Amino acid sequence: MDWVTIVSGVLVIGGAMLTVVGAYGTLRLPDLYTRLHAASVTDTLATFMILAGLAVPSLFAGEWLITVKLVFILIFLWFTSPIASYSVGHAAFFAAQKPKLDHDLTDGEGDAA
Amino acid sequence: MVRALGLLFFLAVTWLLLSGIYDNNLLFWLGAASCLLCVFIARRMDVIDHEGTPLELGWRIIVYWPWLFVEIVKANIDVIGHLLRPTLNISPTLIRSKTLQRTDLGRVIYANSITLTPGTLSLDIDDEKGILVHALSRAGAEGVLTDDMNRRCAALESDRLHARAQKDRTP
Repeated sequence: MDWVTIVSGVLVIGGAMLTVVGAYGTLRLPDLYTRLHAASVTDTLATFMILAGLAVPSLFAGEWLITVKLVFILIFLWFTSPIASYSVGHAAFFAAQKPKLDHDLTDGEGDAA
Repeated sequence: MVRALGLLFFLAVTWLLLSGIYDNNLLFWLGAASCLLCVFIARRMDVIDHEGTPLELGWRIIVYWPWLFVEIVKANIDVIGHLLRPTLNISPTLIRSKTLQRTDLGRVIYANSITLTPGTLSLDIDDEKGILVHALSRAGAEGVLTDDMNRRCAALESDRLHARAQKDRTP
């Protein structure tokens, strides 16, 4: 095996494992807001590692147009996923599903129904 | 007009990079025609403004992204540590972060950067009270309260962007 295959394989497998960690966290954490934190691991670093793993071989084969497309995918995902998370969190918070908190450093907004 | 040309330029570059076929005249001109059509429609819809085509951000955003990327990786490692610990050691915290940005665009960049960093999640944006942030741990919340990212997002806004935002707001 040449080193391009190894680097690419390590990145893709690492990304896949982070996805599993994100899924595990989503099941393990207590409420919607903390689960969103676990899901954002899958959204950000896992996605990046899988796409980077796919980009490495295409880059070294001189197929840079494929690399550019993968970069586009990453940019669009990283632009849109925080907006989706915001929508879910915002809707849940104002539909009176209050988070389980240890510390509320606002003026009691976490308790207001 | 400059903004419309800028949008046309970005659409053309995107089309050329995605297509990858440069030796077919028909496809080439169809691509050019669709770019022009998009700019025409965007102009009619009046969405070519400082938010649709934020040319004023310029090089500042290029400097900001690598910094944000490093922050995302660091926050990921932190959250993964929380998830894999045998006993859960989270301390969910709710805070308000007062925004230092002057324009809506800057506030949205800040709120999205908070959400993109695992461990912190923005729940609400309010002009006076600031951004409502839910953090997985108290340490993460205090990281937001240091205002490091807040200041960097405020530094993205040039005076030209601010002036432009004022102009776009008044009809």
